[in-house]
Amino acid sequence: MDNLIIAGKTYRSRLLVGTGKYKDFTDTRAAIEASGAEIVTVAIRRTNIGQNTEEPNLLDSVPPSKYTLLPNTAGCYTLDDAVRTLRLARELLDGHNLVKLEVLGDPRTLYPNMVETLKAAEILVKEGFDVMVYTSDDPIAARQLEEIGCVAIMPLASLIGSGMGILNPWNLQIIIDNAKVPVLVDAGVGTASDAAIALELGCDGVLMNTAIAAAQHPILMASAMRKAVEAGREAYLAGRMTKKIYTASPSSPVEGVINSVSTINTNC
Amino acid sequence: MIQLTINGETRQFDQPITITQFINQNNLQGKRIAIERNGEIVPRSQFSEQLLTEGDRLEVVVAVGGG
Repeated sequence: MDNLIIAGKTYRSRLLVGTGKYKDFTDTRAAIEASGAEIVTVAIRRTNIGQNTEEPNLLDSVPPSKYTLLPNTAGCYTLDDAVRTLRLARELLDGHNLVKLEVLGDPRTLYPNMVETLKAAEILVKEGFDVMVYTSDDPIAARQLEEIGCVAIMPLASLIGSGMGILNPWNLQIIIDNAKVPVLVDAGVGTASDAAIALELGCDGVLMNTAIAAAQHPILMASAMRKAVEAGREAYLAGRMTKKIYTASPSSPVEGVINSVSTINTNC
Repeated sequence: MIQLTINGETRQFDQPITITQFINQNNLQGKRIAIERNGEIVPRSQFSEQLLTEGDRLEVVVAVGGG
């Protein structure tokens, strides 16, 4: 079986999805179902105190018994905030160690602050977390994160929520070729072909939220993404043909086209 | 009277209270929450023992939708 293995645990799906930006938890749940994802990201936020006590809880719609939850540090701009958020997440999820680390550097681009990310990763790994880490597509940063002990390297394909697709396949390729842990594209996927390309390049998986949640029909897009990830992975495993620049090669027989001049000598 | 900062907001309490009492007063019982007190995680098992005192800073969090 061709499975994705992260921190020793096996997953059938190579598509990881977020739970943000949906109309309600019913849509969230339906989209996750359609995507086939087994790993689902959640954010950690302050709860309302003393108001709206009947507010529905995300974890009732996305139960930890059914999905592997991946708490993130979205919105954290310092290593201190990120580390504290994930300690809270671990407590919230009963000792669950698998986390997504992101330390942002700029609210406009949501580009990661790699200096803080590297420091935070080091602390979290020492504290026993299995860290899947959001990173720039810098191959050196990716290597350093792997050396620290992160269990998955997750470079951006383009800015978070931009839907701009894979802007630098060459850097992704270098990261993939060098990494011994899974590499997942995190951020930037806009439509199914982007996800397929990521897997064709050799990425082990893709994590996305906005591409599904902000589609006109999120549940249909979730289904499309599931197929794209499967198709991309199969194409990667199948090994694509070599590109032949400026050289055509017909697929049909060259001989026997009607009304063509025969070169065969029949000796009559 | 003591003053606590809870999720960034200042709140007054007549007397020191345990975390469990705080949870019950604010209808958070049975909710899936995690609590940090002055930057340190408070394990659920200690909610009934830890007494909140003047100047304590609490963060009370839940899981929400995110990517």
